[in-house]
Amino acid sequence: MAPILEVKGISKEYRLGHAFNRTETFRELIQRTVRAPLAWFGSKDRPGAQVKDERFWALRDVSFNVAEGDVVGIIGRNGAGKSTLLKVISRITDPTEGSVVLRGRMASLLEVGTGFHPELTGRENIFLNGAILGMRKAEIVAKFDEIVAFAEIDKFLDTPVKHYSSGMYVRLAFAVAAHLNPEILIVDEVLAVGDIAFQRKCLGKMNEVSRGGRTVLFVSHNMAAVENLCKRGVVLDHGTKVFEGSAKDAIHHYLTSVSGNQDATGHVIDFAGASDRRSFGGQLLKRMEFYTDCDRPVTEGIQIGAQLKIRVHFELPNPTNSFNIGLGFDNPFGQRVFTAHSLFEPNRSDAERSGPQVFVCDIPSFTLMPGEYSIRVWLDIRNAEVDLINNAARISVLEADYYGTGKVPWNGAFVLKHRWYLEQAADAR
Amino acid sequence: MSSFELTIKPRRGWQPVDLHELVVYHELLAFLVWRDIKIRYRQTLLGGLWAILQPLIAMLIFTVVFNRLAGVKSDGPPYPLFAFAGLAPWTFFSTAVSQSSNSLVTNQQLVSKVYFPRVFIPIGAVGALLMDLLFSMGLLFVLMAIYRWPITASAALLPLFIFAAVLAASGVGLTLSALNVSFRDVKYAVPFLIQMGIFVTPVIYPIHYIPQRWQVLMGLNPMTGVVLGFRYALLGANASWGVMGMSLAVSVGVFIFGLLVFRRMERRFADII
Repeated sequence: MAPILEVKGISKEYRLGHAFNRTETFRELIQRTVRAPLAWFGSKDRPGAQVKDERFWALRDVSFNVAEGDVVGIIGRNGAGKSTLLKVISRITDPTEGSVVLRGRMASLLEVGTGFHPELTGRENIFLNGAILGMRKAEIVAKFDEIVAFAEIDKFLDTPVKHYSSGMYVRLAFAVAAHLNPEILIVDEVLAVGDIAFQRKCLGKMNEVSRGGRTVLFVSHNMAAVENLCKRGVVLDHGTKVFEGSAKDAIHHYLTSVSGNQDATGHVIDFAGASDRRSFGGQLLKRMEFYTDCDRPVTEGIQIGAQLKIRVHFELPNPTNSFNIGLGFDNPFGQRVFTAHSLFEPNRSDAERSGPQVFVCDIPSFTLMPGEYSIRVWLDIRNAEVDLINNAARISVLEADYYGTGKVPWNGAFVLKHRWYLEQAADAR
Repeated sequence: MSSFELTIKPRRGWQPVDLHELVVYHELLAFLVWRDIKIRYRQTLLGGLWAILQPLIAMLIFTVVFNRLAGVKSDGPPYPLFAFAGLAPWTFFSTAVSQSSNSLVTNQQLVSKVYFPRVFIPIGAVGALLMDLLFSMGLLFVLMAIYRWPITASAALLPLFIFAAVLAASGVGLTLSALNVSFRDVKYAVPFLIQMGIFVTPVIYPIHYIPQRWQVLMGLNPMTGVVLGFRYALLGANASWGVMGMSLAVSVGVFIFGLLVFRRMERRFADII
């Protein structure tokens, strides 16, 4: 049987010059049009467009097939091309090269609440949003009660959504989308919204959808969700497909080879070659060093509950006393488990500084469970994020006798000091 | 699996209009029109009254300034009636053009996040204004009753002229909305063009004020035929079929041109908007 979705050599090129700082003005357009009428109607090689457009390939020759009933997770770093791929498959933007064959009715959900209008009531928005997502009126009428029940908004059905809390808004939006009934469903990151309870409900609904034999293409940063929902996985990196296989293998591949520098676990990490970096005011973060108990450099990893001292080297181009360093620790599923931020330090000096600096983060007892954590580091100057590195380094937490009982802790996300004692039961005799 | 099959590939050059798809999505067009009608006068005090106030006040001003002060005469009916029969379709046209030329930009979120036939966005904006036209037509009939102006059988032709006005407004709206995606200059140019437009359309003055040899030029204006048609159908004005026919043909032409231009530029909307 032919696959329900065939992606054949898709490439997508964006012209940065055009999208971000368009260089042609209306006057130039008029001049050109007078010279060559009709030439500007969307023609690719616009005669006057000899401005230096920076071109960049968001996708490069990506191919894969999806069989009917498959649930495929698309994973990759930010900017790897995941969203562009979904946009091409959902017909929002044309590919530059290649083609996609769809053999079923497709609906895409790239955003929660697309087309919601704040002035319209919940009831009205259900109809509007449903129609925009490709549902027929009869279908919406048939599922109306189900949608309202799922969203838990029955009391506010006739209130304009501008008066909704953000939670209600998101619930309603997801509820409409969850009741779509296409043969191919394309979902982008929509689970990253709402409160935990509702997220769980959405995941449950997604699970139900995928078990119902629907073909689903799912993009997420949440590796746990991908692992839960998907059978297969496709890993994208820099616009190309680098892995295709079972979801588990894909996640493993992503975590070990794509998501960061593999050698980022040594004692000193130099940021010069950082691959996933966003700098808005120069590459000011320089390097960081790891130490554990008694200022011993970290080599293999640190033992659970040991001290972790991170020295972050950076530079301040101008004198300021308003600068902060943040460190985020993500578990292998991409979930943030701990954030350390100098903003939380009560005894900071507020002297102005400039030039090279070292900020030390001292965690007396690092109690995350054994495993490997990826560290994001960022520098804020005057409350603006000026330099950020994802996967700047990884820290391994090793098993150890944390409780001093000869037993290593197992299960859970972290350890906490705690005690157990027996009390006299009230009805003891 | 359904027998449905769709291939997405790069499009180049002129694109045909996919009629089948428009039929499949026709309910969405109705929903977009419905949405625009719903939100148009929300949270206003006067609501739908605005639809008639605008042409009504313009009529009063025109009657005082052009008829009483400048001495412009109608071609038969009382001047206020004459002016209103022109202002009703003109107001529809001008509002529809300004709304639909901004429609893609105001609906960016839809353009960049979901697929459906994009032509529905500007056309839906035009469609929503038919409600306003309906209100002002109601007022026109009231005015006719006040002036004891009889309704004749030629009123049956009215839908034809309304249709022509929709085609003209959609055609201009499609073209300008597509241009507006790349060039926000459109937003500033449109109010100005509309202001000019009322003078090159026989709204304030009867067509015979224009010398015979220049009337052909008036025929190039798609709204000339609509305005003349309204007066012919409702007020029994002399039909100048030559100019009217030409102008109606132009409105069909403008619509087709708009569709083609829009379809050609459409594939880049999501990348640029």
